Amino acid sequence: MSVLVYINSAHGIGKNAFETVTYGKKLGDVTVVTNGNVDDASLAKLGEYGASKVLVDKALVDADDQQLTRLIANAADQVGANTIVFSHDHVAKNIAPRLSVRLKAGLVSGAIALPDADGTIKVNVFSGKAFGSVKVNSARKIISLLPNSIQPESVGGSAVIEAFSGNAGDAKVKVLSTKQPEGDIPLPEAELVVSAGRGLKGPENWGMVEDLAKALGAATACSRPVSDIGWRPHHEHVGQTGIAIRPNLYIAAGISGAIQHLAGVNGSKVIVVINTDPEAPFFKAADYGVVGDAFEVLPKLTEAIKKFKASN
Amino acid sequence: MKILVGISKSPDTTSKIAFTDGNSKFDENGVQYIVNPYDEWYALVRALELKETIGGTVTIITVGAAADEAVIRKALAIGADEAVRVDADPKDAYYTAAQIADYAKSNGFDLILTGKETIQYNGSQVGGMIAEALDLPFVSLATKLDVDGTTLKLEKEYLGGIQSVEVALPAVVSCAKGMAEQRIPNMRGIMAARTKPLTVIPAVQVEDLTSFTGYTTPPAKSSVKLIDPNNMDELVALLHNEAKVI
Repeated sequence: MSVLVYINSAHGIGKNAFETVTYGKKLGDVTVVTNGNVDDASLAKLGEYGASKVLVDKALVDADDQQLTRLIANAADQVGANTIVFSHDHVAKNIAPRLSVRLKAGLVSGAIALPDADGTIKVNVFSGKAFGSVKVNSARKIISLLPNSIQPESVGGSAVIEAFSGNAGDAKVKVLSTKQPEGDIPLPEAELVVSAGRGLKGPENWGMVEDLAKALGAATACSRPVSDIGWRPHHEHVGQTGIAIRPNLYIAAGISGAIQHLAGVNGSKVIVVINTDPEAPFFKAADYGVVGDAFEVLPKLTEAIKKFKASN
Repeated sequence: MKILVGISKSPDTTSKIAFTDGNSKFDENGVQYIVNPYDEWYALVRALELKETIGGTVTIITVGAAADEAVIRKALAIGADEAVRVDADPKDAYYTAAQIADYAKSNGFDLILTGKETIQYNGSQVGGMIAEALDLPFVSLATKLDVDGTTLKLEKEYLGGIQSVEVALPAVVSCAKGMAEQRIPNMRGIMAARTKPLTVIPAVQVEDLTSFTGYTTPPAKSSVKLIDPNNMDELVALLHNEAKVI
């Protein structure tokens, strides 16, 4: 089976790309298509995770949704791909639906696993409160894979890198400027996340959340009330009306754990809850709990992490 | 300016999520439906703000059964001028988008807005699909939207950062948090909504690209292990040795 994987190289080639190629490799022979300013050495790494070929259109920079749709559709036709895989990020949300209509290929968005024996694919639904199994009825299918759903597996291969002209046409959506993420790690892709809520009492107290995140190498997140009152930026809001994340570790301080918040985080592998109230509902969803004041516990945890990192 | 806003119904955010018929269908028993928050708070309210500042009309469209008219009236009460209901079960995103695109094609809109996703399917599919069906540009996950003559100026979420873009109308935009503030309908709006036009149109035929075959709910967590707040070394050791996440 021929599988086409689209890799967005805007922030270089990293974990998300390796996850997506690993997923594709388990379905068939993987060709990657990508675009923009990306060096061949980075692209060659995709071979280690199972890509046999990389098609790259380096001239296509700041591409819009219609250009990328044409690029990927043309690549899919060239390699005769019957499955196209994306990482379910902001770029995929922009182009995978277009591609679905263009190719009349059923789109499975937010996939969290490989297809089951019956061919259905498990996705997150109800903002993380449930899973659904999606059957694709068309001959071609498009799968948009949620970050952190599969471990990248190095298979030690190598990829042929080929220049590819996507015949993408002109951009209608013009990019004026791009503000890079504030932290180093974009929240949806982060493996470790430190999050805090109203229990922190004010935006001036976020230093200790950031200190812990820095010590861990984690991204920061927050609850809805905190983003609604403007203590933290909207893009940090996790929960039913924010974003759903599935990190390996989610540390929540001063968040009571309303059902809407839990929806966004219960895909996390391990949850640590720090709260003064032993009756906080979040403890029911937690693996580890600390009943205590975040103002005391967070700095202590940061110190303990630093000590651990220094000796490991 | 003629604006079309795609509206979906969603279970209230406090709903208990359960399934019926051998886990093949969402259990609607006791579920209150609301307008999908992204469609209402951001797409619809921003459309109304644009109408108030530069003039025009706001039409809402939904694909659903007659029972969904309560949700439509809510959107009209907030301030939309008229509503269209495509009389069909919205089988999947592709089906829904095809219905909205077909209506938009024959009625000509300058701007089509949707929420970034529904809170039940989280697909982020319908907006982009409408755009492709109409061959229009699409901007997803917009957090800010302004109109300057015939140009849209937008900010959108982009890989953890923010991107500023512009595009000529007509265009399709999916709306995310930050674009507008939720509005509570007032009594006058609720009264007016009763007499605003609500047109019911038949569905066009579309192939089924995808279908949901079943649902499961996440397994319950085993009970929480409590750690002494004065012994964070223990927590770190557990995270390393037992949970193996650091």
